[in-house]
Amino acid sequence: MTSIATFVNVGERTNVTGSAKFRTLITEGDYAAAVEVARQQVENGAQIIDVNMDEGLLDSVHAMQTFLNLIAAEPDVARVPVMIDSSKWEVIEAGLRCVQGKSIVNSISMKEGEAAFVEQARACRAYGAAVVVMAFDEDGQADTFERKTGICARAYKILTQTVGFAPEDIIFDPNIFAIATGIEEHDGYGVAFIEAAKWIKENLPGCHVSGGVSNVSFSFRGNETVRRAMHSVFLYHAVRAGMDMGIVNAGQLDIYDDIDAELRTRVEDVILNRRADATERLLEIAERYRGDGAKAGAEKDLSWRDQPVAERLKHALVHGVTDYVVEDTEEARRQAERPLHVSEGPLMAGMNVVGDLFGAGKMFLPQVVKSARVMKQAVAHLIPFMEREKEASGEAGKSNGVIVMATVKGDVHDIGKNIVGVVLQCNGYDVIDLGVMTPAETILQTAKEKNADIIGLSGLITPSLDEMINVAMEMERQGFDIPLLIGGATTSRTHTAVKIEPAYARDATIHVVDASRAAGVVGLLLNEGDKADYVAEVRADYRRIRHTRENAKTAKPRLSLAAARDNKLQTEWLDDRPPAPKRPGLSVYDAWDLWELRRVIDWTPFFSTWDLKGRYPQILDHPEKGEAARSLLRDANDMLDRIVAEKWLTAKAVVGLWPANARGDDIVVWKDEIREDVRAVFHTLRQEHDKDTDRPNMALADYVAPVESRVADYVGGFAVSTGFGEAERSKAFEAAHDDYSSIMLKALADRLAEALAETLHEKVRRDLWAYAPDEALSSESLIAEKYRGVRPAPGYPAQPDHTEKRTLFELLDAPANIGIRLTESYAMTPAASVSGLYFSHPQSVYFSVGKLGAEQVADYAARKGWTLKEAERWLAPILGYDMAKPVAAE
Amino acid sequence: MSAFTSSADRRAALGERLGRRILILDGAAGTWLQDRQLQEVDFRGARFADWRSPLKGNNDLLNLTRPDLIARMHGEYLAAGADLIETNTFSSTSIAQADYALEDLAPEIAAAGARLARAAADAVETTDRPVGVLGALGPTNKTLSLSPDVNDPGFRDVTFEQVRAAYAAQAAAMAPFVDFFLVETVFDTLNAKAAIKALLDLDAARGEAVPIVVSGTITDRSGRTLSGQTTEAFWNSIRHAAPWAVGLNCALGAAELRRYVAEMARVADVPVIAYPNAGLPNEMGDYDETPEETAAHLGEWAASGLVNILGGCCGTTPAHIQAIAAAAAGTPPRVVKPRPRAMRLSGLEPFELAS
Repeated sequence: MTSIATFVNVGERTNVTGSAKFRTLITEGDYAAAVEVARQQVENGAQIIDVNMDEGLLDSVHAMQTFLNLIAAEPDVARVPVMIDSSKWEVIEAGLRCVQGKSIVNSISMKEGEAAFVEQARACRAYGAAVVVMAFDEDGQADTFERKTGICARAYKILTQTVGFAPEDIIFDPNIFAIATGIEEHDGYGVAFIEAAKWIKENLPGCHVSGGVSNVSFSFRGNETVRRAMHSVFLYHAVRAGMDMGIVNAGQLDIYDDIDAELRTRVEDVILNRRADATERLLEIAERYRGDGAKAGAEKDLSWRDQPVAERLKHALVHGVTDYVVEDTEEARRQAERPLHVSEGPLMAGMNVVGDLFGAGKMFLPQVVKSARVMKQAVAHLIPFMEREKEASGEAGKSNGVIVMATVKGDVHDIGKNIVGVVLQCNGYDVIDLGVMTPAETILQTAKEKNADIIGLSGLITPSLDEMINVAMEMERQGFDIPLLIGGATTSRTHTAVKIEPAYARDATIHVVDASRAAGVVGLLLNEGDKADYVAEVRADYRRIRHTRENAKTAKPRLSLAAARDNKLQTEWLDDRPPAPKRPGLSVYDAWDLWELRRVIDWTPFFSTWDLKGRYPQILDHPEKGEAARSLLRDANDMLDRIVAEKWLTAKAVVGLWPANARGDDIVVWKDEIREDVRAVFHTLRQEHDKDTDRPNMALADYVAPVESRVADYVGGFAVSTGFGEAERSKAFEAAHDDYSSIMLKALADRLAEALAETLHEKVRRDLWAYAPDEALSSESLIAEKYRGVRPAPGYPAQPDHTEKRTLFELLDAPANIGIRLTESYAMTPAASVSGLYFSHPQSVYFSVGKLGAEQVADYAARKGWTLKEAERWLAPILGYDMAKPVAAE
Repeated sequence: MSAFTSSADRRAALGERLGRRILILDGAAGTWLQDRQLQEVDFRGARFADWRSPLKGNNDLLNLTRPDLIARMHGEYLAAGADLIETNTFSSTSIAQADYALEDLAPEIAAAGARLARAAADAVETTDRPVGVLGALGPTNKTLSLSPDVNDPGFRDVTFEQVRAAYAAQAAAMAPFVDFFLVETVFDTLNAKAAIKALLDLDAARGEAVPIVVSGTITDRSGRTLSGQTTEAFWNSIRHAAPWAVGLNCALGAAELRRYVAEMARVADVPVIAYPNAGLPNEMGDYDETPEETAAHLGEWAASGLVNILGGCCGTTPAHIQAIAAAAAGTPPRVVKPRPRAMRLSGLEPFELAS
């Protein structure tokens, strides 16, 4: 994929003059660690890496060659271009002889006269490099607008006319100098650069403007906050003037809008030289910001280690630091009379702070889950001591309440449930987590034995909704009188109100919309004083929902099945013949490269899993959530490194492409190209809503040429999973009291599965079915799905019937070929799996079938060979009528 | 006698034809020579009868020892309809000839190969049928971007300067006789950049430019060169050669190569050249694709507007070239379009900064 930029920031982490750490590594000859620095830089998003070995004690030529040869052997690093940075031509030339890609030379200039400049420029051109040209001539470095533009214009003419350089390969660096130095002549340096940038872009067409940004703030060395603000403000104005490349570490920048308003104004006065006393005014307030920067810096601040142990534990909990938790807990235990006093004392106090910050929106879910990890490890240390004490005294510990939680029978998804469990544990509740695929009887039996105060159910796929109703009915029958909580991606307030609550009248049934609400809801339910009011309020709300829905039901106009079928998607099949697959039949992949998948991960849903809602990458710069999001992404990338390097997960896929034709709303898959013997039938559902526009009433069958057209068409299917290996490792994390890593791994496995589904779809379009062999999309457009063809999954809006997966899995022989299985509710195991059908029709889109009338349900039952009851059970979420009084019977 | 007074005139005539039809390059020399079933004695001839190394397989040496065969081969490809022929100099660098202890003779072998190709071209050339000679520069048998020692990734068994000097000597020997240089079968782009540096330096020294054609090799279905670059990254890396044409050859058959040729057609703002193998080798290492099969693929490339120059690599014969020429006849060439101005850099992958 081409990386396309309009501004590029080149970091200095592999620059001995810009990074003390890198200089040490190189001078000590630790090239392995130095390569690691480059790798991290690229993984953190560097688009170009600057390599500089200008250090007096080094053999710079040798260091440049050695380092460039080493990174050439590292595909993760070598994928990006290199900026060969040196003030010595021999070092630059040595570098140019090591890179196969097109790099940038930084820099050449006319300081030694025109002849040397021409010679070096010619060599750069013959080596195939772009060049940074410093505004420097025989008289020295240009400091004023006139000198800067004069030198650049002269260099431009020489390069384009004498040397034959392409203008787009020229980058001018018109010199950024320190301002606010106290010397009056320096005050205009910022403006001179900005104006020169503008002039260059307007008068020297095609070329680029760059600069070393950190120079501008040199006089504020040691005051990182002011320096970062100066860099950001300077870039803000220079980029608008036309600067399109900057050399500055991303950590030395703030978001312009995030800079404190007063500081920003005064910095702006200095950069733009807007008033004579600008420097004094910045100095006036600068001291206030000194020291702030250290916290944000890469150096770890360990001053909190000097505080008393209770404060240390609080700090560790709030900041999610596990490094010292066992030694601190042990110290607290020795000081305390009883081990219980530690957990109820400093640990609970710390968690209360976490709870308050979370409640106030100042902490976010991933941070809370990290806090929980600290808490769990602390408690794990205390438990043996408490057990010993209990044995001695015979007395049991007390708890805020006991909550039994489970993912219901037939469902394997548990990320959300695990997060809720952690949040509740943080709040002092005893959580008994029964895991996934838990039968109703196990849940209820456990609740009785453990004297549970609350039961919580979770599920992701639609058949789980039915199972939740079943659990509710059983609770009613068995005489339970404790609250029932409902959560998970497929659940909703409406479904809970309409279907689950009426099944269980003995106590409250409450839908919990996300993990952040769980502790609040449980707190209200277990507080004798609050419970009655709260439950009454929820009940009233659910009654209102049922009522509204009852009235709304008649409001939506619906077409008869015949009318909907008449309004199907029309295709001139003979004009637009469907493409035949290049590789018909099955293709099996049993170890897809995880590295490839990692690069096309769609991160937005990942953040959503952690209750950080917002689009990636914008969320990283969000004023409140940004910090949590960045930290979460860092942890995710660290784990991905290990997943890929240590092969924690295996990615498998199977694709099938078969001859097929539509027959009514069904899709017949043929045994062979003779198209006489039926191998399998996919059933599809048709939209019935009466559309005001002339849009068709779609069914997936419309995307396949009908039998009567006599046109040879095809349909595809796939199943992928990246969950092989996940369960074992997640369990190991949980055993080590590290739910954060366990949830992280599950969430990443899910993302990799989606990435595999997307990558595989591309391969199908380009290679296997090959109806779009020339398609070339960036990963952004892949995520935005800007391509021909769809891959709808059974159980999702275009075909809400999960049971169609059975047919798909039989055709793919998915259990035998790659080891994915279906549960009785048609959930796929491992959980990180995706399956679906492929359609190549140029007008194919994802749509939602919507609600169905009784006529189509009966028709579908007949096609599937089901009784009406069975059909209503599997289509329950989309029935457009009340099962008790079917419209068809009227 | 040549039909054109100068190489520049000939290139102008070829350039004019390149604008309105697909030009045809010749096919494989190796396959043609293999079919002759030559023995050690053929390679040695009288001059190298007592040479200290075995010489069988040194196809370039035949320029000196069996010039009759090389001339015949060129003649057959020209009869098949080639507009452009390659010199038999794929391995005529001192680096590649060192395998035969012939490094000192590399320039002589190269010059002989260039002369033979020019003579064969002159024999059929008329003002209505210009024939271009491409001086072939192969990749050598060493790599500048990869370490031969897995335990020492920073190690290189050859330097850029050595590779550049070897190419410089080969190119200087051929320059008087060729119309273009063809830097081909590029599996390591840094080797190609050394060749380009040598060629640009030679132009400057001679005061006359011989245009360059560059052809990369996608080594397998990963879609990358052996040194790891994508098609677009490869193009960005060698665009400074201002090539007369750029493209891909070898390693893959037409079926597998198509998507990368299409990718090159998308990114290159110069004519595109493609000369695939005759399919993938069978278990015996032979190529089974018939002239009709290869021509059907390449005809489709032409019809899809992907290419400006077509020819064949390993496994192709004069019959293949004849079939390809017939398949491409009458099909307009790919339209060469400028791209939006941008600084286009590369590592293993491309990077673009809009201008």
